[in-house]
Amino acid sequence: MSQGVGVVGLYVRDQEEALQFYVGKLGFRVHTDAKNGDYRWLTVQHPEQPSFQLGLYTPGPPMLDAATAQTLREIVAKGAMPPLVLVVEDCRVAYEQMRARGVEFTQEPVSRYGSVDASFRDPSGNGWKMIEARGAK
Amino acid sequence: MNAPPSQDPELLRRLLRAKDRIDAASHEEWPVERLARISRVSEAHFARSFKDAFGLPPHRYLLTRRIERAKSLLRDTDVPITDIAFQTGWNSMGTFGRTFRDITGESPGDLRAREQAAKHALEQVPHCYVSAAYRPNLNIAVSEKRRQDEDGKNEATKKEVP
Repeated sequence: MSQGVGVVGLYVRDQEEALQFYVGKLGFRVHTDAKNGDYRWLTVQHPEQPSFQLGLYTPGPPMLDAATAQTLREIVAKGAMPPLVLVVEDCRVAYEQMRARGVEFTQEPVSRYGSVDASFRDPSGNGWKMIEARGAK
Repeated sequence: MNAPPSQDPELLRRLLRAKDRIDAASHEEWPVERLARISRVSEAHFARSFKDAFGLPPHRYLLTRRIERAKSLLRDTDVPITDIAFQTGWNSMGTFGRTFRDITGESPGDLRAREQAAKHALEQVPHCYVSAAYRPNLNIAVSEKRRQDEDGKNEATKKEVP
């Protein structure tokens, strides 16, 4: 694939903490980690999805003024950012593995609408729905 | 109304944890002390901070979530209203009915009747659409039309239901 969406970013409260979470607990890989002064461009990638990067950014200078950054940090911490969806082969297995690694689940796996889904949050408050791929099993 | 004051994101994240717990089990009892413990703040601080963060006092938020669940059970199932009341966390039908009317503006029974009538009306839509779709259209050959119908059927069976 040569055209399409390459990066979608999340706001996180701490990039190091987010890195530990997405790489250490969810099994993503670091794609780019580039620092320029205080600014850090950090993206991670699902091991099975090489054409897509998930950006992990902290709201702040030089992109945003202090008041806007504070507002964004509050919005993220309240869980008010748009939902994210992670597709997995087996929702219950993934749930057990991730929970053992300390992922904060907000909903246990439930069978409905012909699939199984669960919910979890990253340390910053971003909410993920984890859905079993249809026909995976 | 004044905008709520700026709040510490670390506190908000812990308040969100309490809100998530209510969302996951709104039929349970959620006294402020239980919620405050999850958020690791004092009871007095919890109630005030929760309202500033999410726009509703915690108890009110809990009632709203219970009513939401009750509404969807009334709409999507035939579970008797008394059972719905107990399943969604009420100990008395009186409190359930009163709170339900207070929040939605109608009684549980009225809502169920209205939603089910609306559902029947909706079922008419595909029927009209189907009638229109099957109206004979003689600008293509019957064999071609039959082939398209077959394709359409295959398409329909292949399609995933969202």
